[in-house]
Amino acid sequence: MNENCQTHYNPWLHYFAIATAIITFLLIGLGGLVTSHEAGMSVPDWPNTYGYNMFLFPISKWVGGVFYEHTHRLLASTVGLLTVILAVWFWRREPRRWLRSLGWLAVVLVIVQGVLGGLRVSLKMAWLGVFHGTVAQVFLVLTFCFALWTSRWWWQWGQSPAPALVSRGLRRHVLYATLLIFLQLMLGATMRHQHAGLAIQDFPLAYGQLWPDTSPEALARYNADRVEVVTETPVTAFQIELQMFHRLGAVIIFLAVVACAWQARRQLGGRDVLARLAAGWLALIFLQIGLGIETLHSNKAADIATLHVMIGALSLVTGALGCVIAFRRTGTAPDFASQTAISGGLTSPAGWAVNK
Amino acid sequence: MNKILSFLAIGLLGVGATASAADIIGTVTFKGTPPAEKVITPILDDPTCGASYNGKAPTTHFYVVGAKGEFGDVIVSLKDVSGKSTGSAAPAAVLDQKGCLYTPTILALQTGQKLTVKNSDPVLHNVHLNPTVPDNATANAASINAAQMANGPDLTYSFPKPEKFLKFQCDVHPWMLAWVTIVDSPYYAQTGADGKFVIKNVPPGKYTLVADHRKAGETTQDIEVKDTDVTVNFTFEAK
Repeated sequence: MNENCQTHYNPWLHYFAIATAIITFLLIGLGGLVTSHEAGMSVPDWPNTYGYNMFLFPISKWVGGVFYEHTHRLLASTVGLLTVILAVWFWRREPRRWLRSLGWLAVVLVIVQGVLGGLRVSLKMAWLGVFHGTVAQVFLVLTFCFALWTSRWWWQWGQSPAPALVSRGLRRHVLYATLLIFLQLMLGATMRHQHAGLAIQDFPLAYGQLWPDTSPEALARYNADRVEVVTETPVTAFQIELQMFHRLGAVIIFLAVVACAWQARRQLGGRDVLARLAAGWLALIFLQIGLGIETLHSNKAADIATLHVMIGALSLVTGALGCVIAFRRTGTAPDFASQTAISGGLTSPAGWAVNK
Repeated sequence: MNKILSFLAIGLLGVGATASAADIIGTVTFKGTPPAEKVITPILDDPTCGASYNGKAPTTHFYVVGAKGEFGDVIVSLKDVSGKSTGSAAPAAVLDQKGCLYTPTILALQTGQKLTVKNSDPVLHNVHLNPTVPDNATANAASINAAQMANGPDLTYSFPKPEKFLKFQCDVHPWMLAWVTIVDSPYYAQTGADGKFVIKNVPPGKYTLVADHRKAGETTQDIEVKDTDVTVNFTFEAK
């Protein structure tokens, strides 16, 4: 363990950061269940619950959609408290100023999240759910980054053997793939918050075609034939197109993550942590595509749809952690130019960042 | 004598007034096979709601079609006839929540007419409206998503503007759905399971009669009402 690690690594802070990240991930799942069960408006008031103080609402009344919405609010309050504790802990014990600042940013984000969720209910603005779902993903990434940055592994960075350099190209590809996943998540959130059920119910075709007809006559036909147990909202051309772009997005992301995993393995070797992370990332994308297809086949069964949300979130987190690691491995790599001079004139591979 | 003459005059006017209005009667049928209804399986997952059904979940009934094609739950009305509403004087229409289902699923009423929403269930519901006409949303803003406790007090709504198939839902029990059509005149009817309708006391004139079904769409016919009943039949076809 290096001196830096010995002095500053705080295992209990790290475990607390991990716990916060995991509980936040579970909160994303619970939020997913709220939307999957169409329960977002099942508690008409906020911050009270059917007139009760939220923390005193009788368990006997946790019925139907109320169960999901109310437990979501309770777990959200828990995550809020954990975030405040983490921020204060950083403030008191964390030597890295940027991390202390991010701790307070997390507090602001979690408050914004709570207010967004509350306003969605009290102002009856279902579309606010899209922003609520998106901010949730950003917050989740931050909590997992906290877990990474407080880890012994991160503090021990640079110990012999030094991690291999990451090329600028690979770093860029990981970033782009992560951003694509974030856009895909926003698209998914927009789809789910239309509250119109599945706009397209067949796969791999869409209404029997490669690209479905969205003329008014076709829409009238689709809506006449559709029978749904919940929502029963007529499907629109916009909703059909959203789903088509979501399907296309899945293909593009799959190809992007395949490229990242292949490039990482080729450049860094299969045992490198970044290569292994990229391989795990690819496995998640495979799983995510399977869940997406099963969401369609199961007519958006709540548990499958929610799992799809959670694996999507995990895919984003994996990409984000990959970005953080890749950027550090170009940011703190030893001066390659001076090393090659010492070793006798080998040229550095083109495109490799040599910043300190 | 003057009194007798006055009464006679009033009587003749009354007869005259009645004689100048007529009924529009008819039948709506559905041709072809409607989409299959779905079993509302989630209702059995809820212990309180499921208790009403003895293990046999109800189905949706979006297409109420009889053995001979009689088409129920179609709203038949005079198109573009507005400003004639007698809703404020009409008795309240009633939408009930019973067995964790809205009853009826399709309902029609006039602008200004009261709508009473009851909760006859031993479980809480939330009554959540989705008006697409802004004036209807504004008029009911305070109760647009209202809690209604088990066997709780009735909720009351009134809609100032016409709107087709305004959706009511319960988010606690998301399969609970109903659609209310608001008409700006008393000249409307809803077909029963026998597909029949009667629109009473329509003043003479030329009109467009429209038959609306939430899923099957709308179909119209131009008619002329004189001083005798008019028979108009509609047919919807499977798409």
